[in-house]
Order: sequence, then C-alpha cells, then structure tokens
Amino acid sequence: MSTRRLSPRAVSAAALQYLLLGLLAFLMVFPFLWMASTSLKSFGEAFAYPPTLLPRAWRWSNYGEIFNAMPMTRFLLNSCKITGLTVLGMLLSCSMAAFALARLEFPGKRLLFASTLATLMVPYQVTLIPVFILFQYLGWKDTHYPLWVPAFFGGAFGVFLLRQFFIGVPKDLYEAALVDGSTPGGILFRIYLPLAKPALTTLGVFTFMASWNDLLNPLIYIDTLEKMPLTAGLSFLQTQYGSDWPLMMAGAMISILPILAIFFVAQRAFIQGIATAGLKG
Amino acid sequence: MPAHQAVAPQPVPGRRRGSLARTERFWGLLLSSPYILGLLFFAAGPILFSWIIGFFEWDSLTPPRFVALANWQRLFTDPLFHKALFNTLYFVLGSVPPGVLLSLLLAMAVNRGIKGITIFRTIYFTPVVTSVVAVALVWTWIYDTNVGILNLLIERTFKLFGARPPEPIAWLNDPRFAMPAIIAMSIWKGLGYNMVIFLAALQDVPTQLYEAAELDGAGRLGKFRHVTLPMISPVTFFVLAVSLIGAFQVFDQIYIMAKDGRPANSTLTIVYHLYNHAFRYLEMGYASTIGAALFLMIFAVTLFQLWAQKRWVHYQ
Repeated sequence: MSTRRLSPRAVSAAALQYLLLGLLAFLMVFPFLWMASTSLKSFGEAFAYPPTLLPRAWRWSNYGEIFNAMPMTRFLLNSCKITGLTVLGMLLSCSMAAFALARLEFPGKRLLFASTLATLMVPYQVTLIPVFILFQYLGWKDTHYPLWVPAFFGGAFGVFLLRQFFIGVPKDLYEAALVDGSTPGGILFRIYLPLAKPALTTLGVFTFMASWNDLLNPLIYIDTLEKMPLTAGLSFLQTQYGSDWPLMMAGAMISILPILAIFFVAQRAFIQGIATAGLKG
Repeated sequence: MPAHQAVAPQPVPGRRRGSLARTERFWGLLLSSPYILGLLFFAAGPILFSWIIGFFEWDSLTPPRFVALANWQRLFTDPLFHKALFNTLYFVLGSVPPGVLLSLLLAMAVNRGIKGITIFRTIYFTPVVTSVVAVALVWTWIYDTNVGILNLLIERTFKLFGARPPEPIAWLNDPRFAMPAIIAMSIWKGLGYNMVIFLAALQDVPTQLYEAAELDGAGRLGKFRHVTLPMISPVTFFVLAVSLIGAFQVFDQIYIMAKDGRPANSTLTIVYHLYNHAFRYLEMGYASTIGAALFLMIFAVTLFQLWAQKRWVHYQ
C-alpha cells in the first residue's frame, strides 16, 4: 500500500474512513469521558440544564467523599484478593488436568474429556442454585470462599483450551524428558508450562475479567458491606446514593481504573488472548 | 473439529513399558484429581441435583416437599415467566444479529491496512474490559429523562434543523424504550470483543486467495462474497454461538439499569426471574425449573446452530 502512489480518490476514501472510525471511536469512549467529567462536578452542576461538558470547578474532593461514604478501600482489596486467588487457582488446576488429558494415559480419561465437552454447553445458572445450597450448607455464606475456592477445582473452558494447546507441543519433548528421568509432574512445570505462556495468558485474561467484573455471585453470597468486591459495592452504592451522580461516577471511576490500567499496559496480551480463543474455538 | 482427536498411546520399547504405564496412571489421576472433584461437586452433581429439586418445593432451609410436576405446570402458566421469555428473546434478537454484523463491518474497516489500527482496536475494546456494573451506571445517567445528555443531544439536533424538539424521552422509565435502550448499551459494550475476533480471522485469510480472485475478475463485492465470507465462516459461527449463549443469560445491566425488570416488567429476563425466585423468594424448586428451561432453550439453539452450520460454515 505504501509503495503505491495514492490517487486523489483513494485519499478522500481514506479520509472518509478515518472520519467514520474516529466518530465511532468517540462514541466508544464518550461514556467514559462523561463518567470522568461528572465525577468531578458539584452536585448542583451535575443537574444543571443544559449540562456542562467539562466541570466548571474540578471537585477532586468527590473522590475523598466516596471513600468516606463507602468502604472503597475494602472493596478494592476484596476484589484484588478474590480475583488474584481465582486466577491463580484456575491456571494451576486447569493446566494440571489439561496436561494429564493431553499427555498421560489413565483410567477414565476419555470419560473425563467427554464430560469436559458436555459441561462447556451448560449455562452456569443451572449449577448456581445447587452450588449455592452446598456453600450455604458448608456455612460459607457471607465469606469470600464461594467466590474463589471453586477456581482451584478448574473449569471446563480452561481445561479444554489448555489441552488443545498441550496437544500441539511436540510429544518428543515429553518422551525425551521421561528418558532423562523426569516425572510427568516435573515435565509439566519445567517444560510445558513455560511453553504455554500464550494459552495461559488467554485463560488468565478471561478469568481475570470474569472474576473482577462478576456481579451475580457476590450479590448472592455476600451480605456484609465490608466483604463486598467493587461490583457489589457499587451496586449497593447505587441503592444508597441513587441520585448523587457525581459521587456514583467517582465510585464507578475507581472501580474501572485498575482494570483499565492493566488493560492499557497489557493490551496486547488481552487482545491476542481473546483473538486466539476465537480462532482456536 | 480437531478437538475430538484422541491421543493414541505411543508404544514404548523394552522393559520400561509396564513401569511407565504405572507412572502415567499415577500422575494422570493425581494431576486431574482437583478437576475431577470440581466436575463432580460444581458441575455434574449440581446439574443432576438441579433437575431433582425441580420436583420439590424447597426454601433450602426447611425440609423439601415433593410436588412432582407442579413447578413445570407453574412455569407454563406463570405470566411473568412468559413475559421474561418474551423479553429475553427480544434482547437476544435485538442485540446479537446487529452486534455481530456491526463488529464484522468494523473489523473490515479497521483491517484495510490503515495506520493507527492498534489505537482504534484499543479504543473499541475498552468497554469490553470494564465491568457491566460501572458502565451500566454511566449509561443510566446518559439516559436520564430530565438532565441526561442523550435527550439534550436529541433536543439540540432538532433545534439545529429548525424543528420543534419532541418531549424528552423517558428512556429507562417507558416500557417501550427501556429494552431498546438496554440493547443499545449492550451492543456498545460487546462490539469490541467480537471485532477483535473477526479482525484476527480477517488477517488470517491468505492474500493469495484475494489475488487469485482478482485474476478471475472478482470485484470488491465478489471477493467479499466468495473469499472473505467463506474463509471467516468458522469464526462467524463461533462468535454467533458465544454471543447467543451470552445474550440468553443477560442479567447485570438489567439489575443496574432497570431494577426488578422495571418499568412494568418490560425488562424482566429469564435469569432475573430465576434470581428473584431463588434468592429473594427462596423458591429453590421453582427457580431450578426456570434454570432447566433456560438450559433446554440454550441447548436447542446450540443444536440448531450445529445443524445449520453444515450449510454455511466452510472448514478448510
């Protein structure tokens, strides 16, 4: 494209294309800009008509106020803890099971793989109620356990994804290491996992987004305000300060800033992760 | 699908064979044991259990009472379930086909070798990574009847063309507009996700195919029709299947933007109905029946898609 000389028609076509893409890009970011702008307005200015695009006076104190009105620091810490443990547990247990399914022979292997495929089709709402009753029976209501412990028992999506990846790794690697006296467990952690970074990234990104943004599970398990992650806390904030838009927008900003920061730093990993899942699916 | 290829056990020479089989058996069971337990306690067991409690009336705290098919009968006569079913289908049809089409068009627009492709990709993807709760809050604010920026924009546009602006629309409080408003927000939220997948698929199409088509005299439309569409059809199938399943399970944005399916139950969806019955009215039996119905619907749609894909999905 760059070597060809561009005709005036091609130039105007390109200009039109940029214009449309730019307009759409503005549509995509506008809600975030509006969130940021509202979060810095005074209560009165937020309701002024016609609204101001940028705050007349930047009220950074809204952010201090939200930390006083709500245990925002706790929400943040809870979200970090739950999501961190969930990602760790999911990567660990899924890669172990996926490696076994891809490389080892053991009784029940085919049944296990068939069950994985079957489970992929079941919407989580079907298991929601029985699992809730199980955790209630264990006395785990209003604790964080129901939100991260299941991750340490793996998930069909992750096992399937990693198994597909491990199958693509040359089998000679496994056999050579066996001959050298390694155990299958050692081979998984020393050879296969370092090779599986792209697949682990994909699974990590999916798990991270699902856990950090999950609303339904915190909603049904957590009753105490101080134990809520950001999503449930924000939803509670809405019920308490439903009309104080600057305050709510400040809360929403705080809840999305960490994930936006991670996204902008690791956006290649995010986007590649999603794209691979789509192509390999 | 290559997914179903079984791994044949490789013959290992000599006397190590027996001990190797033992080692693999030990490690295989050891490594997959957490996952096996997970399948039993968080998947297979609950699935079975949810069918069983569908035949009981149970608040999950006192002993259950067997009611045979009463929950299923109730499901067929529950006007709110019918409403929820209708609303869910409205959401699915309103959000999935336009969303998938838009994201494909967008991916094609971005994929034309233009500069700044990564910037556009990042911008379009931003709504995907943020939580539905946070963005649903700001959209509720945008949709506000009296001081929302959307109504202001509409008013200004009308005035710009010298027309009399209409009465402000109560986007989230008018039963006619609430679901379309939520659908628009959901399309905005999911656009980047599908676009990224389509973009990767488009970049995977070998350029020789386009060159060959050009030699055969294919124009832009012909290339799209005969090269692009068939080449990306497996990905289109994946995107459609995943989007449909996700749309059937819509809950978060309704919970934030239209509490309790307001106004007048015009946004009450199946999962919201399930949530109400399970966790607010503590009717675990009936809620499980709703869940089973949702599962059957998703299963039927997925089966239909698997059947239909033979007619339009082109695997190399």
